[in-house]
Amino acid sequence: MDISTVSGPQARTLPVSRSPRGAQQGKKTTGLSGFSRQRIRTAWLFLLPMILGLACVAGWPLLRTFYLGFTDSSLSNLDGANFIGFENYLVYDQGEWYGILADSLWWRAVGNTVYITLLSVSLETVLGVLVALILHAKFPGRGLVRAAILIPWAIPTVVSAKMWGWMLHDQYGVINDLLMSLHLISSPVAWTVNPDTVLGTIVAVDVWKTTPFMALLTLAALQMLPKDCYEAARVDGIHPIKVFFKVTLPLIKPALVVAVVFRMLDALRIFDLIYILTSNSEDTMSISIYARQQLIDFQQVGYGSAASTLVFLLVFGLTLGYIFATRLKFDGSGDH
Amino acid sequence: MTKTLQAFLTASLLGAGLTSMAGQAATLNVPCTTGTGFKQCEALAQAWAESSGNSINIVTVPFSSTDKLALYQQILSSKSADLDVFDVDVVWPGILGAHFADLSPYTQGVEKEHFQAIIANNRYKGKLVAMPAYTDAPVLYYRKDLLEKYGEPVPTTWQGMSDSAKRIQEQERAAGNDKMWGYVFQGKAYEGLTCNVLEWIDSFGGGTLVEFDGEISVNNPKSAAALDLAASWVGSITPQGVLNYDEEGARRVFQSGNAVFMRNWPYAWALANGDESVIKSKVGIVPLPMGPNGQHSATLGGWQYAVSKYSENVEAAADYVMYVTSAKAQKQNALLNGYLPTIVSLYEDEEVLAANPFFAYMRATLEESVARPSTVTGEKYNQVSNEFWNAAHRVLSGKSSGAESVAELEHKLKRIRGRRW
Repeated sequence: MDISTVSGPQARTLPVSRSPRGAQQGKKTTGLSGFSRQRIRTAWLFLLPMILGLACVAGWPLLRTFYLGFTDSSLSNLDGANFIGFENYLVYDQGEWYGILADSLWWRAVGNTVYITLLSVSLETVLGVLVALILHAKFPGRGLVRAAILIPWAIPTVVSAKMWGWMLHDQYGVINDLLMSLHLISSPVAWTVNPDTVLGTIVAVDVWKTTPFMALLTLAALQMLPKDCYEAARVDGIHPIKVFFKVTLPLIKPALVVAVVFRMLDALRIFDLIYILTSNSEDTMSISIYARQQLIDFQQVGYGSAASTLVFLLVFGLTLGYIFATRLKFDGSGDH
Repeated sequence: MTKTLQAFLTASLLGAGLTSMAGQAATLNVPCTTGTGFKQCEALAQAWAESSGNSINIVTVPFSSTDKLALYQQILSSKSADLDVFDVDVVWPGILGAHFADLSPYTQGVEKEHFQAIIANNRYKGKLVAMPAYTDAPVLYYRKDLLEKYGEPVPTTWQGMSDSAKRIQEQERAAGNDKMWGYVFQGKAYEGLTCNVLEWIDSFGGGTLVEFDGEISVNNPKSAAALDLAASWVGSITPQGVLNYDEEGARRVFQSGNAVFMRNWPYAWALANGDESVIKSKVGIVPLPMGPNGQHSATLGGWQYAVSKYSENVEAAADYVMYVTSAKAQKQNALLNGYLPTIVSLYEDEEVLAANPFFAYMRATLEESVARPSTVTGEKYNQVSNEFWNAAHRVLSGKSSGAESVAELEHKLKRIRGRRW
């Protein structure tokens, strides 16, 4: 919306202040030529529908969530809400702290989310690169394998989570049966219940699901690499492992860093996998599950919106921190 | 341009025509829960459509009551007419009541034939917002054949049940049946666990979590003892996976012949005795065991039907609700699915009793049943129940003792209550 008000006056003042010819004459003296001004204007014009669309589907809900986070509205009374300031976040009343920031469950959810994200994204990155290297090599049936490896990524998470739920079942799950017949465990393990195994189980399923994504992006990067470096390395007789660390890895790093950003954003918002496997259990609660529970199950739209705002800020902050730390540049000019 | 205009006009005329027709024959969107009751629900809805000349559109809704409530809250809070009729759990009238139409103009007095406690529960601010379709009280299922084989009595106390379960499980496993377990129940962190725990605590004399006057009563040694006993089952007579079982999870273990005892609702009776069941006619039912002081306890359950006040066809929807909660429908549900009627006279119906011999004493169980504190806690009930099942879940998974857990629970409930419920 503000874009149109900014570009509007520009569009109007330009023809008034200068005649079209004057604008063309002045192109060497001013920094921006009339032609590029016109191009910029056209660019804004083309961008306008998308910006409007984004403002409607992303900006408005986000602002409304921020606003609702400062009210006490509930699902049964959405209209008659009162403004209560920061009370949903933190408030001191009758000798006790209330609010999300004083809720131990919230901090536990933050801990779980960060743990799952760190572990699963690191594993996915390593495995993804390994898979991509294998798929990059030439072997018969490579096309088929490349397609097959995408299957976990192509299955909707709800379906694969349910599938894993059955496979991990303690009484008739195939995984327990397999491990029992291999004599790796002596009695069935309740993977999704046992507090020692449940977070690891969720990470494992998440890794299974999203490694193909990392592999795909890495593979795309591998295919762009110049061949001459490798030929030079081969002529010099460098060991392949050294080639990987000295040549391949630095060259695919920009693509890898972007892939990790995507995965981090996804993993920090993890919801469906956990919700299907363990529902609202406190052992595995992620920040998204916490926010949904407050908003829907407990009908506290105000409190839940405040939690959603914190989810947004947390995801935004962590991602920004990561981008900053890796000096990632999105304008395409950066080298790393 | 003229073509577009023409198309637009035709469309709006067509739309107007359709709306005017809706007065005569309505299309209702009605819910049917996925799972074992779906076919029966669908058949009943079709029967109504045929007899009333309306049409219906069946919407499949989730089995888990927690998921179902979340879905309904979203539909109702957006004032959507996606569903005209709602099936309502016994604890929901206080949460959803504001969105439902008053049914009293449509009942013609039939509500007097139902259990009055349930009708009272279905009133929200004086309005009758739902009509009961069936009621529910859990029972203890046991394997007649196994109890006879090992000479164990039918248990009447929780301690007695856990002792026999342990002995039978050990002997069965020694005989090579290494998948055998003693007792399965609903231990997943959801509403079903609240029902189970309320029964343990209430039968131990530990109160009903929050009393009628709003007092938080759960922090007492009897509650703690009940929770500790239940925690001792997990891993010994109960698989650890029970911490993720709902009703169907427990039934699958029991019905595949791998458990001696099961706590479940009466719907499992018809399924356990179905033709495909490996335990057909090997199953018995008794009231849930007593606590040390000889008190039985069973959580009152059951489902009602309500009409959304945002529906465009309130009248037809009310007619549908009256049809599916009628004596005829309830009798059919009792005969086919073993659902407990809410109409008192059906407990003396010979056909119903012949199909479900255990109904004779279910009436007494229903009268002894304990209600979840949903009326006193109102809209906060979900939060209360959530803290309750989480506290129990922590004890069952061995992360805290019963006494620690109920003390912590009391503190949390006080925080939820604030100054008043």
